[in-house]
Amino acid sequence: MKGRFGPYGGQYVPETLMSALEELEHAWLEARDDPQFQLELAGHRHAFVGRPTPIYAAERLTEHFAGATIHLKREDLCHTGAHKLNNALGQALLARRMGKTRIIAETGAGQHGVATATVCARFGFECVVYMGTEDMRRQHMNVRRMKLLGASVREVTAGSATLKEATSEAIRDWVTNVGDTHYIIGSAVGPHPYPQMVRDLQRVIGDEARDQYLVAEGRLPDVVVACVGGGSNAIGMFTAFLGDPNVRLVGVEALGRGSEVGSNAASLVAGRPGVLHGSYSYLLQDAEGQVAVTHSVSAGLDYPGVGPEHAFLKDLERVDYVAVDDMAAVAAFRLCTRLEGIMPALEPAHALAQAGLLAQELGPGGRVLVCLSGRGDKDMDSVEEFDGDGTG
Amino acid sequence: MATARAESALAAAVRADGDVKLIPYLMAGYPDRAGSVELGRMYARSGAAAIEVGIPFSDPLADGPVIQRAGQAALEGGMTTAGALAVAADVAATGVPVVLMTYVNPLLAYDARRFAADAVRAGVRGVLLVDLPPEEAGSILDWLRSAGLDTVFLVAPTSPDPRIELAAAASSGFLYCVTVTGVTGIREDLDPRLERLLASVRRLTDLPVAAGFGISRPEHVKALRGQADAAVVASVLLNEVQEGRDPQPLFEGLVNGWR
Repeated sequence: MKGRFGPYGGQYVPETLMSALEELEHAWLEARDDPQFQLELAGHRHAFVGRPTPIYAAERLTEHFAGATIHLKREDLCHTGAHKLNNALGQALLARRMGKTRIIAETGAGQHGVATATVCARFGFECVVYMGTEDMRRQHMNVRRMKLLGASVREVTAGSATLKEATSEAIRDWVTNVGDTHYIIGSAVGPHPYPQMVRDLQRVIGDEARDQYLVAEGRLPDVVVACVGGGSNAIGMFTAFLGDPNVRLVGVEALGRGSEVGSNAASLVAGRPGVLHGSYSYLLQDAEGQVAVTHSVSAGLDYPGVGPEHAFLKDLERVDYVAVDDMAAVAAFRLCTRLEGIMPALEPAHALAQAGLLAQELGPGGRVLVCLSGRGDKDMDSVEEFDGDGTG
Repeated sequence: MATARAESALAAAVRADGDVKLIPYLMAGYPDRAGSVELGRMYARSGAAAIEVGIPFSDPLADGPVIQRAGQAALEGGMTTAGALAVAADVAATGVPVVLMTYVNPLLAYDARRFAADAVRAGVRGVLLVDLPPEEAGSILDWLRSAGLDTVFLVAPTSPDPRIELAAAASSGFLYCVTVTGVTGIREDLDPRLERLLASVRRLTDLPVAAGFGISRPEHVKALRGQADAAVVASVLLNEVQEGRDPQPLFEGLVNGWR
């Protein structure tokens, strides 16, 4: 079947979108194989995004955990502060090629919304970003950035008023305006061809990191770690290493306040397969198939679904998926900021927390590479609020 | 063209006989369990050709605010898939054919095979899954069909001829023609492209055709005469309930008022 990763993926959307998905798939396959498009993409990646981003030896974190050496892939140094721009840039170039004039997006943490608003400013698209009320509150700085960039931010009040509802609303907009509008989905989720297209646009992270690590260290890392919400930075990081059987891959989900349904956002660890937002994948849901409310201190991980390729990699046991709770993530946020002078976003702080455990488990001589998917200035309020709750 | 398979009870009920037939929609469990059954009985008394019974889903991608609110309220009131099948059974007891309408995930969670068997036991005639295009229907379609249920698929103004043919081939009972490029809701005017879509559908299939999404006024129903067999009416009726009004006069106005 088309657009499947094993049993996962597919196109579970209302009929109105089926032709648009077919058009998008053709346009993407054509663009991907067009040297002119790739040249243009490479040029913007260099001069606009700031690629390649470096890998960084985190000496004081390594010293702190007294185990394996820890390196960070510095996606926080991308223009706008996260890996999200890799995807938004590629899709904006594709939308221009397809003759679309209007772009919509959903956002949780606001990083994808900012990345989309940024490319819309750069290439002259009308831009509408859907964002849940709760996320607008906890990520208000990104709301201001999007507005300055010329985007209109539409508040979504339904349900838990976070990323899931924002995504549903963006899809409803697309159903209504499919003629002139391209939907830049922010993660490796959604109906085919999105999971493949987003992976293709994000795999630059792992392709660069693998080469850089080999040059710097003369060998490959033992473990590569990335956080997983929808899973775009993780699939971008992991893809380059899938063919290296000795490299262990670890995806880190958000355990939130704990393992009870409704208290976390760990779809792969705590969910079971189902359909949400156009694809079949692991999903946090109740016995009735109603999608669960989720919680994570990190807005970008606060999503009940996950990209279908991760579901397949889990079943294949090629990637280990684990979950880290709010408290450990906030502690890792503080530790990295204080020891390295690098303030990570709360999303990759989950990966950093797990990396510390892995470094101790591997011991000296071991090597851990972490995808630091974004910077954390957006999260200062969330961290202070978390500490203030007495839960930190 | 669809071949001459024996016309099902649902198809026979929906096929126009000069008038445009009306297919009202209700959400199981909205305004509450008894209220949803009562609405079904009222529609049956008031001239419905068939009745769509919605099973609520937490994330209804094709629905506008009115149906979203009804579904949310039904879930908060404790409505389940089994509960919705029981509502459907009570409505089907009126003798008017019932079509279940929902999204694919509640059906997967219930198990497609068990769902098909329990729907038949409830007296349901057909099933429509809004986010299941024919390409993805696979084994779900097989379970529903082999249990003897009609399977209704959708076509939209964005569907080219090959997709209309695909949907028609997978459909029985009737083909659902989405009248607008958009989600469900109340609208002032119908999409001007609807006429062309309905003409294409007529050319490509013999199935009865029901038009839906946005049909809100007697003149909308009137405009479908000779082009569609039936009109599905949902948001405008649920909105009456949400506003604290009895939807019966409005429904009867749609059934009779356009002549």
